[in-house]
Amino acid sequence: MAATAMDYAHVDVENLKATELRLGLPGAEETDKMPTSRAGSKRAHAGDHHEEELKAAPPAAKAQVVGWPPVRSYRKSCFQQQSSSKSKATAPAEVQKQEEVAVSVVAAAPPAAAGSGGSLFVKVSMDGAPYLRKIDLKMYKGYRELREALEAMFLGFSGDAASVNPSDFAVTYEDKDGDLMLVGDVPFEMFMSTCKRMRIMKGSEARGLGSSKE
Amino acid sequence: MGRAGGPAAPPWHSLPDEVWEHAFSFLPADADRGAAACACHGWLRAERRSRRRLVVPNCYATDPRDAVDRFPSVRAAEVKGKPHFADFGLLPPSWGAYAAPWVAAAADGWPLLEELSFKRMFVTDECLEMIASSFRNFQVLRLNSCEGFTTAGLAAITEGCRNLKELDLQENYIDDCSSHWLSNFPECYTSLEALNFSCLHGEVNFTVLERLVSRCRNLKTLKLNNAIPLDNVASLLRKAPQIIELGTGKFSADYHPDLFAKVEAAFAGCTSLRRLSGTWDAVPDYLPAFYCVCEGLTSLNLSYATVQGPELIKFISRCKNLLQLWVMDLIEDHGLSVVASSCSKLQELRVFPSDPFGHNGGQVFLTERGLVDVSASCPKLESVLYFCSRMTNEALVMIAKNRPNFTCFRLALLEPRSPDYITRQPLDAGFSAIVESCKGLRRLSMSGLLTDLVFKSIGAHADRLEMLSLAFAGDSDLGLNDILSGCKSLKKLEIRDCPFGDKALLANAAKLETMRSLWMNSCSLTVGGCRLLALKMPHLTVEIINDPGETCPVESLPFDSPVEKLYVYRTLAGPRSDTPDCVQIV
Repeated sequence: MAATAMDYAHVDVENLKATELRLGLPGAEETDKMPTSRAGSKRAHAGDHHEEELKAAPPAAKAQVVGWPPVRSYRKSCFQQQSSSKSKATAPAEVQKQEEVAVSVVAAAPPAAAGSGGSLFVKVSMDGAPYLRKIDLKMYKGYRELREALEAMFLGFSGDAASVNPSDFAVTYEDKDGDLMLVGDVPFEMFMSTCKRMRIMKGSEARGLGSSKE
Repeated sequence: MGRAGGPAAPPWHSLPDEVWEHAFSFLPADADRGAAACACHGWLRAERRSRRRLVVPNCYATDPRDAVDRFPSVRAAEVKGKPHFADFGLLPPSWGAYAAPWVAAAADGWPLLEELSFKRMFVTDECLEMIASSFRNFQVLRLNSCEGFTTAGLAAITEGCRNLKELDLQENYIDDCSSHWLSNFPECYTSLEALNFSCLHGEVNFTVLERLVSRCRNLKTLKLNNAIPLDNVASLLRKAPQIIELGTGKFSADYHPDLFAKVEAAFAGCTSLRRLSGTWDAVPDYLPAFYCVCEGLTSLNLSYATVQGPELIKFISRCKNLLQLWVMDLIEDHGLSVVASSCSKLQELRVFPSDPFGHNGGQVFLTERGLVDVSASCPKLESVLYFCSRMTNEALVMIAKNRPNFTCFRLALLEPRSPDYITRQPLDAGFSAIVESCKGLRRLSMSGLLTDLVFKSIGAHADRLEMLSLAFAGDSDLGLNDILSGCKSLKKLEIRDCPFGDKALLANAAKLETMRSLWMNSCSLTVGGCRLLALKMPHLTVEIINDPGETCPVESLPFDSPVEKLYVYRTLAGPRSDTPDCVQIV
């Protein structure tokens, strides 16, 4: 059976690079690497890592094998239906054209509208961290919960949490117009509906900007 | 017996048939009845005439008319068609498994038929119309993973079957022509006990549904489709608080305290609710509305609920009496450890992948840890389906040690040929431990990096194994040979992408007749080998299946042409005549 050698992971990376928010000149070298393979991905909890997992990652190009993993066609079609009704506009970063593409349930499409039900996942990057995270904005009732969750997710890495000074960080987001905005200025609902991705800035860029907003 | 002076007691083999029929009614298992029927002609006669329930696991194993002739008193029949791997898109759509001959034969020979179930078959509207008009006491229709019919066919059923108790449509592909199938239930009709239309995509007339639910006081099972909003689900529950099994419709909405209160109150009234499913798009906000029923739940299917996080875990941890849990891997290891400590009666666990194809950057949600925890703390756990991205031999050995009572163990590692992620070794040792420890294992699906060694263990130890699924495993024909020459109870074997060739098949040809079926795709089979097999075993049908559009006749191919897909099954009926062009019976 000829495996359909559609290189989904590769395509994903290409498109993401185009939308990546960078503080360098356009065309500058990429230093961050996207995790492109399943086995190379990280676990959610800090301190629970198997570092060797990262080094043992299989190559990035992933040919999709027909019928593997053994997810029933019926189940796949249910989730395709779900996400096609969620994404209102064709998002540039998504490859959701063909029927055969079993779309991930955790849709990476830009949040179409808050209130479409379900989850609202956005990417969160932190300067200096090797990989990004995803959070569901709908899980949080307000900015305080959101900030606490981000701190738990990212600052736990720095080893000694006590030594981390929150004012060294600024939580920013990219809105619908592509502008870099500081989190906390607008009502939370409005933020949820315009936020496309978030970025935690560190160091000198952040100092002065980052103030704990309740 | 043989008392002096009294009339001689009749020799027991000349007792009237009715006595034997009565005796056989105490043998519920078909296998036992079948064994009894082999004892002598008298028993054969009595058994076949009194058989009320017939299961035909392979619709091509016999001609339907022969089945109806042999068992003339059947009231409930279940027929299954396509092989299991059809679920994963490995079978061409036109392959076969038509329900029509079965319906026609039943209409002729079983006028008193009450129940009919089809699984993985092609069922047309004409079939449904025939069912509706042929059986005056028809009560139960179950269609599972079927296709070929529309809501027009359903309309015929709801209109024509005056005594219908159960209409169970599970995971079928149904074309929606109109929604009047629901309105076709007559106003005076009140006998509905179970209704499952979760696989229908279209809207249904809610007023009609509500009236139906109100007047059918014996309704115990109600599984709605995705088109029914939360508000309406609550209204229905208020009309049917006696419900035992519920499949919710769409379980998400913007949070409104009024709606939440309404949903919560509706569930509070359902004190008999034991089984819960559906919950598409479930949002954490509304999960607490279920809290009042958690204690009573024995079965929870959240496998379509893309909810995660603390709300999900809180919800499941309240379900202390769960026997069966189906959930997505979004529950993560942490969630499963909570399940392990909360659901001590758990018997069956299925964990489905939220991102099976790695489109989401390959986030790992759960690992072997979750399964180890559950197997350690749930003493009744006997059936597992687990999708995850990594495994170790050590974990499998621990699981085997903790749970020797597994009857069904299915592990699907997302990446083919994944080794033990710590030692980089094949998972032979782990799976060997499973089969050696779990002496009652009936079903096994393996994945990951596996060599011929594991098949030695399986062949030697898996005495009760009835169904085995293999993918991307093994090194040579020795592996397949070990399976086929061992595994005394093997009924179904399905293999994909393994380096197994003709030799092992031909050497164990006789074994194939003791099995129900064998499926192999993307292995190392040849046309010549298949033809030899067919020659050797006249009671087997050997089907070579190509992709649709490839119709090169087998006779013209050289002996060593590769065979991409093979399906072999025993049959009393000889080769079937309804094959499409892409299927050739050798």
